[in-house]
Amino acid sequence: MSLDMPKFSDLDALYNTNTAEVATSMYEDPDLFAEEMEKIFKKTWVFVAHDSEFPDKGSFKLSNVGLEPVIVVRDRKGKIHCMVNRCRHRAATVCEVKKGKTSSFQCPYHGWGYGLDGSLRALPYPEQYGDDFDKTQHGLLKLRTESYNGMVFATFNEDAEPLVDFLGEGVCRYIDLFMKQGGGFPVKVLGEHQFSVPMNWKVQLENTTDAYHFPIVHKSFMQTLDGETGELFDFLDKGVGYVEDLGNGHSVMLMIPELLDLDENLDDPIPERFADLAQQLLDDGYPDEQMRKIVRAVSGAGFNLNLFPNVSFSLSFLRVLTPKSVEQTDIRHIALGMDGGPEAANQMRMRLHEHFQGPMGFGSPDDAEVWERVQRGTKGGEDLSILVNRGMVDEEPGEYGPRGHISAETGMRAAYKMWKGMMSQ
Amino acid sequence: MTELSQIDTRSLLADVTEFIWTEGAYLDAKDYAAWLDLWTDTGLYIMPIDEGDDYANQLNLCYDNDKMRRDRIDRFNRGFSISSAPPAQTVRTLSRIKIDNAAGDVISVSCAEHLIEDKFGRQRVWAGNAYYTLIRTDDGFKIDRKIVRLLNSAGMLNSFSYLF
Repeated sequence: MSLDMPKFSDLDALYNTNTAEVATSMYEDPDLFAEEMEKIFKKTWVFVAHDSEFPDKGSFKLSNVGLEPVIVVRDRKGKIHCMVNRCRHRAATVCEVKKGKTSSFQCPYHGWGYGLDGSLRALPYPEQYGDDFDKTQHGLLKLRTESYNGMVFATFNEDAEPLVDFLGEGVCRYIDLFMKQGGGFPVKVLGEHQFSVPMNWKVQLENTTDAYHFPIVHKSFMQTLDGETGELFDFLDKGVGYVEDLGNGHSVMLMIPELLDLDENLDDPIPERFADLAQQLLDDGYPDEQMRKIVRAVSGAGFNLNLFPNVSFSLSFLRVLTPKSVEQTDIRHIALGMDGGPEAANQMRMRLHEHFQGPMGFGSPDDAEVWERVQRGTKGGEDLSILVNRGMVDEEPGEYGPRGHISAETGMRAAYKMWKGMMSQ
Repeated sequence: MTELSQIDTRSLLADVTEFIWTEGAYLDAKDYAAWLDLWTDTGLYIMPIDEGDDYANQLNLCYDNDKMRRDRIDRFNRGFSISSAPPAQTVRTLSRIKIDNAAGDVISVSCAEHLIEDKFGRQRVWAGNAYYTLIRTDDGFKIDRKIVRLLNSAGMLNSFSYLF
């Protein structure tokens, strides 16, 4: 580190809004990371779970809000709670089962028992705490929890704006479009791939809104597609689509405009790769119209919706980032399908997910490699900046904010603008 | 186990062990052409995530039929995949080999697999159980099913530029 390293008070030196340059220390300063965890992950809405991951009364799943381990749970009345996974007595975690069903959470150390809403129900031998021990003051630490279209978010910030205001009109619209890939059925989580990458979390935040890398990093994936599908993913050459700033750090990258709304163009010819599935659905008794809707849904949406700070809706799956340290980030790639939908359709969704995603996918390992290479590269030339200025030259006003070329870094600028706003608070 | 004499069992175990070690050596040497030849056309190479065994109806790390296997090897070999150009180097040990069932020409075998990968001057260790369904042919054993369950398959992994 040089002595004149930018101080956090000098946010312009860390991200220059006018030139869209990011300082190298943004990826590798542990003090800055600690401040981000406080000013961003403790202050804003963070995605914690999808509804279908804890569907029933008493269902729960473990998650994270920034560095903090949390439990997301549905109580007997169906209300969703999110609380820190830490006993109020001596801090032991009260749950180490990743997901399941329960009627309460009991600390394994001294047996303090908590209800599904996090309230302290009972503790062994309470007499030694005296008569004025107030159980209502010793519940699990709660977070505010709100959801939109199946996506559950939590925040430590009691003063945060309502979730729908944080998401904004544009994001809500694109989430609704994305969830049409239920094909008329509720969207359900079918499983997930998890991998950890030695990189700063913002390297990942940038990536889901980066179409520029696709034909380079994912050439070997493209080579395994049939001609028709390859054509679909050739969005950079075609120059169609756009990236648009949706406000509050969020952005959308529309790569395949014909798949923006999955309820439209249902009369289009069935793509070759879905021919067998289409026939199978007809054989299984699905009417032609419903078959077309399901087949179109299996292909996924034609865009990536990137939310600040930790979740993306990417074509057909969810990508969730969890910062672990300044140079380590965990990634979850959540596969989605149709709850109650045809088995053949969900099988195809999973096979397509396996094809690209996760530790053995034809795409993710190459992503992970270049993300790590970014982190390794920042060990040299620390006075150089990282450029996210691509496409500033021909950016135009869009529906919700600036709109750039499909390969523009408009979405990254949206995220860094939000980052700067939150860090200056 | 169908009735095999002790001598038959030991002889089969020796043959199977030799086969599995040969397969492991091909994978460490990245001799994928030789590895592909070890398979039946209907063979499935699966690395599950969760405990269930209804692999077609669950999300796996990989679920490779003949085409996916060949596409995967092709991707490794063509040099356009940055994660496999160059790939991590591996050394694996296959041990605790056990014949679970032998009926006619179909033999079920399980073993422990320890693998160490090296890339970027960093080594990572992986452990798992491998389950084979082998078919005895005139041309030696062929793999009809290989399931590799990593100990932490449902946990946080890293990306793999090689096969288990």
